[in-house]
Amino acid sequence: MADILDVSRLDPQFRAEIAAEPGGERFRRCFSCGTCVAGCPVAGQTDRYNPRRIVRMALLGMRQQVLSSEFIWLCSTCYTCYERCPQDVRIPELMNAIRNIAVRAGYVPPTFRQQAELLRDHGRLYEITSFENERRAELGLPPIREQADEVRRILVRSGVVEERSP
Amino acid sequence: MRVALYLGCTVPVRAMNYELAARRTAERLGIELVDLEGFTCCGYPARPLSHEAALLMAAHNLALAEEQGLELCTLCSACTSTLTEANRRLQSDEALRARLNTQLAETTGRRYNGTVRVRHYARLLYEEIGPQRLRELVTQARSEGTGADLSAFRFAVHYGCHYLKPAEVYDGFDDPENPHTLGDLVEATGAQQVHYQEEDGCCGGGILAVDPEIALAIARSKLDHIHVTGADGMVLICPFCDIMYEINQRSIERQFGVSYRLPVLYYPQLLGLALGFTPEEVGLHLNRVKFKGERK
Repeated sequence: MADILDVSRLDPQFRAEIAAEPGGERFRRCFSCGTCVAGCPVAGQTDRYNPRRIVRMALLGMRQQVLSSEFIWLCSTCYTCYERCPQDVRIPELMNAIRNIAVRAGYVPPTFRQQAELLRDHGRLYEITSFENERRAELGLPPIREQADEVRRILVRSGVVEERSP
Repeated sequence: MRVALYLGCTVPVRAMNYELAARRTAERLGIELVDLEGFTCCGYPARPLSHEAALLMAAHNLALAEEQGLELCTLCSACTSTLTEANRRLQSDEALRARLNTQLAETTGRRYNGTVRVRHYARLLYEEIGPQRLRELVTQARSEGTGADLSAFRFAVHYGCHYLKPAEVYDGFDDPENPHTLGDLVEATGAQQVHYQEEDGCCGGGILAVDPEIALAIARSKLDHIHVTGADGMVLICPFCDIMYEINQRSIERQFGVSYRLPVLYYPQLLGLALGFTPEEVGLHLNRVKFKGERK
């Protein structure tokens, strides 16, 4: 991170872009108290994730740095800050709003792309093969039948994945 | 009562012990769990990618239950919060529901009118049967010589984040900062509850796929806090949390040079033992670390 912020490279529209995204509506209320950081299990383990800093960067218009960062993907969605934030910023929803914008701007971590492809191909995060259903039968559990068509159509329509992997 | 059993992605593949125990205890308690064809992922993993895709995925599953006129009973807490939040949005915002129904018709041929209720199985047990009634049934099973005597065992209860939060979508069911409902259910089995530091702590499962090192460090923190209490086991109700504390317990022990050997039980397994099921009937042979109370 540069020592001095180059204000000519800031995007003044970024805060409006986030506020227009579902989940981002409340983020301009943040007054930087840090309650979110104090209770955050991820921030407790690493300084690579700091929700207050992310909100400040977004408010300043550091669009490129925020969208291309790894830290927007590190919220564990525990909702501790959501419950405690005195300004009701709803940070887990804000993080998903920023991630949605990042995805449309072409930044998708490989893990999330793989998950989207699994959902497209199987309608679920884990493939169901005859192996799983045999194990289930041994325990007296009913078989699971994969149904991927509906989820595939939803994900393709929303632009999350291509109809097929290239 | 009759409810649709929503298994989600993880439970039917990685938590068959949980599913088995839930089905057995529900049947014993007069709760009919109906399996519906066609359920798909709840939408949780799609939320970071597309808010709208996630809502549509949730709406699809809600519509399936609605067609049968059934309430949804979930086992995974991430599914519970995703479906509950989506349900709340679709119920309270008619314009949103109308817009999404147009898309739902195009993609899945379904429509959701907003009439379904979503409850986690543990909440269903608490609200429909209740700790008092469970305690009576447990006492009865013990007097008949079938129920396990759990009174000597102390359990650390892990609620998990999405079972209680965001609190506003759960109608004040329990206090997210100071919950008691799952602890009450544990005590209804005759077992003791042991409190520990940072009980409301997250398992880290939400970022296991993004950064395993941080995720395991988060899980380790809670295992440390439980370890010092000398608890006989941990009780939880979410397959994501179980992946962190049970399935990854060996990895955590290796990575950090520690040793816990902490049994991790799903609540319905504990309840099942108290109601007189054998350990195998509630899938305890599939748990990684043996719980001492299994041997009667």
